[in-house]
Amino acid sequence: MKHKLFGVLRRIGLLVLVVWTVVSLVTLLIELVPGDPAVAVLGEQATPEQLAQFRAKHGLDRPAFFFGLPSDENGRRHLRWYGLNNRYKDYWVAILHGDLGRSFRTDQPVKDLILQRYPATIELAVVAMVIAVCIAIPLGVMAGKNRGTLIDNGLSVVALVGISLPSFVIGPMLVYVLAVKLGWLAPSGRFVWSDIILPAFTLGSALSAILTRMVRSSVIEEMGENYVRTARAKGLSERTVVYKHVLKNGLIPVVTVLGLQLGVLLAGAIITEKIFGWPGLGLLLVEDGIAKRDYSIVQGCVLAISTTYIIANTLTDLLYRWLDPRIRVS
Amino acid sequence: MSRLGIIGIVIVAIFVLVALFAPWIATHPVGDTDLMTRYIGPSAAHWFGTDSTGRDIFSRVVFGARISLEVGIIVVSVSVVIGTIIGSLAGYYGGWLDRFLSGYLFNVFLAFPGLLLAIAVVAFLGAGLNKLIFALCVIGWVGYARLIRAQVLKVREYDFVQAAHALGAGDLRIMAVHILPNAIQPLIVQASLGMAGAVLSEASLSFLGLGVPPPAPSWGVMIEEARDLSTLQAAPHALIFPGLAIALTVLAFNFIGDGLREYLDPRQRRR
Repeated sequence: MKHKLFGVLRRIGLLVLVVWTVVSLVTLLIELVPGDPAVAVLGEQATPEQLAQFRAKHGLDRPAFFFGLPSDENGRRHLRWYGLNNRYKDYWVAILHGDLGRSFRTDQPVKDLILQRYPATIELAVVAMVIAVCIAIPLGVMAGKNRGTLIDNGLSVVALVGISLPSFVIGPMLVYVLAVKLGWLAPSGRFVWSDIILPAFTLGSALSAILTRMVRSSVIEEMGENYVRTARAKGLSERTVVYKHVLKNGLIPVVTVLGLQLGVLLAGAIITEKIFGWPGLGLLLVEDGIAKRDYSIVQGCVLAISTTYIIANTLTDLLYRWLDPRIRVS
Repeated sequence: MSRLGIIGIVIVAIFVLVALFAPWIATHPVGDTDLMTRYIGPSAAHWFGTDSTGRDIFSRVVFGARISLEVGIIVVSVSVVIGTIIGSLAGYYGGWLDRFLSGYLFNVFLAFPGLLLAIAVVAFLGAGLNKLIFALCVIGWVGYARLIRAQVLKVREYDFVQAAHALGAGDLRIMAVHILPNAIQPLIVQASLGMAGAVLSEASLSFLGLGVPPPAPSWGVMIEEARDLSTLQAAPHALIFPGLAIALTVLAFNFIGDGLREYLDPRQRRR
């Protein structure tokens, strides 16, 4: 019991540490912008007053961190201590108050923009995951039960192809066939319920291939266990053996992968959302953030996506400990 | 080695040759636009057809192999070197160094969904080939570091390493001569899967407009240019051929990785 609690606390400690680092990285990344961010946003023709006003408004006129290495008039760099009057501290204070700053372009609060888009991304990721699971379990079981046969080899190749085909190839091809040629679905947007089919399938296809491989090897491993022989000896049908006994044990590693993959789906959604004009966080990041050099939106989106990812991973880890007591020790 | 592994090696060899001899293989100059010959389907004059500005797709796919493989090779080599150094330091010395590296630093880098960190770095640095390579190295090294650390932890307990210690060999010699050669096998598998990942990431970032800027013939850029509805309607081949090139390259490296894993691990070979 003590062991278990310690493990959980350690995991949460790590979570806090990692989130702190991620936030710090995101706040300091703006220092990487070549030249002056204000010029990058407002353009070369902006007057010095406009630039100064912009910098003051977004705190860009103040030091980025507690200390820095500014160069003096001779071009030499000296370590200088700025104290608490820095952007890093401000950013933290703001985040703890639920404030992610304002858009460099439209002046809207970044938090509102993110909250507007967040549900669409989660919806896309969850539906993609459901589709992937619905494809992977029957295929994986079929391959595992028929190990070494033509079915198994064929499914393995299909799975590898699925992993290798990037979403930005599958997506436009699906658009070509189902939207342009057949006219069954809309090529982009999020208006009617059927609009989610194409993006979710595109996003979930690689995952379904990975899961198929996992379910397959899980089924193969579990089929050799003693309890399977017992179940068969009891006269249970093969169907019951596989779906009631084997899958129950075989799905434990799959659950972990699902949790970890939720994060991968969130990152993959950036590309899928761009393909299908799906109005989620990814589209916000790419079109409003990166393309328009609205760095505060970029910061907010990166923060939102990675925090969701980290929390999902931690929850998976805790869930996995709970499902499989053997790991608690290690 | 498995049949699929051999197929993978053959495909990669073909792509390497194509990349090396691209100027002689390409049938048209890559940058030449010709609005009179837009949207032509595959034909004798244009093997893979032409795109929305009349550029020859075959020649662009051929030159695209250069960009993909160049990025892949540089990213994987740099990541392997950095990952090996950091991973072996963590595994060999252990203690607080290992706790900092593997307990904290690895977890921070693994805490980002792979591509997101690369996107973030390039978004702030600005697009470009070198920046893209830098961003992919930033996310790439940690996988190798973790792998090497685990291997070194295992190998450093072996008797011959203890013997080398007893004979008074220095840390560097023990690492380079005794431990690393015995720890490096899984790294080869990981590196070939890493090539697949790097090629895919390059195409993804270029697709998002964060990689090699147009008109460079990156496969990702070609797909981005081919996916608007009018081009899709008039010239689906403009999407299909670069898409096939990416899929084939990635598939081939995955085949090699899987094949090598089975080949190097006799327990899996018997199955």
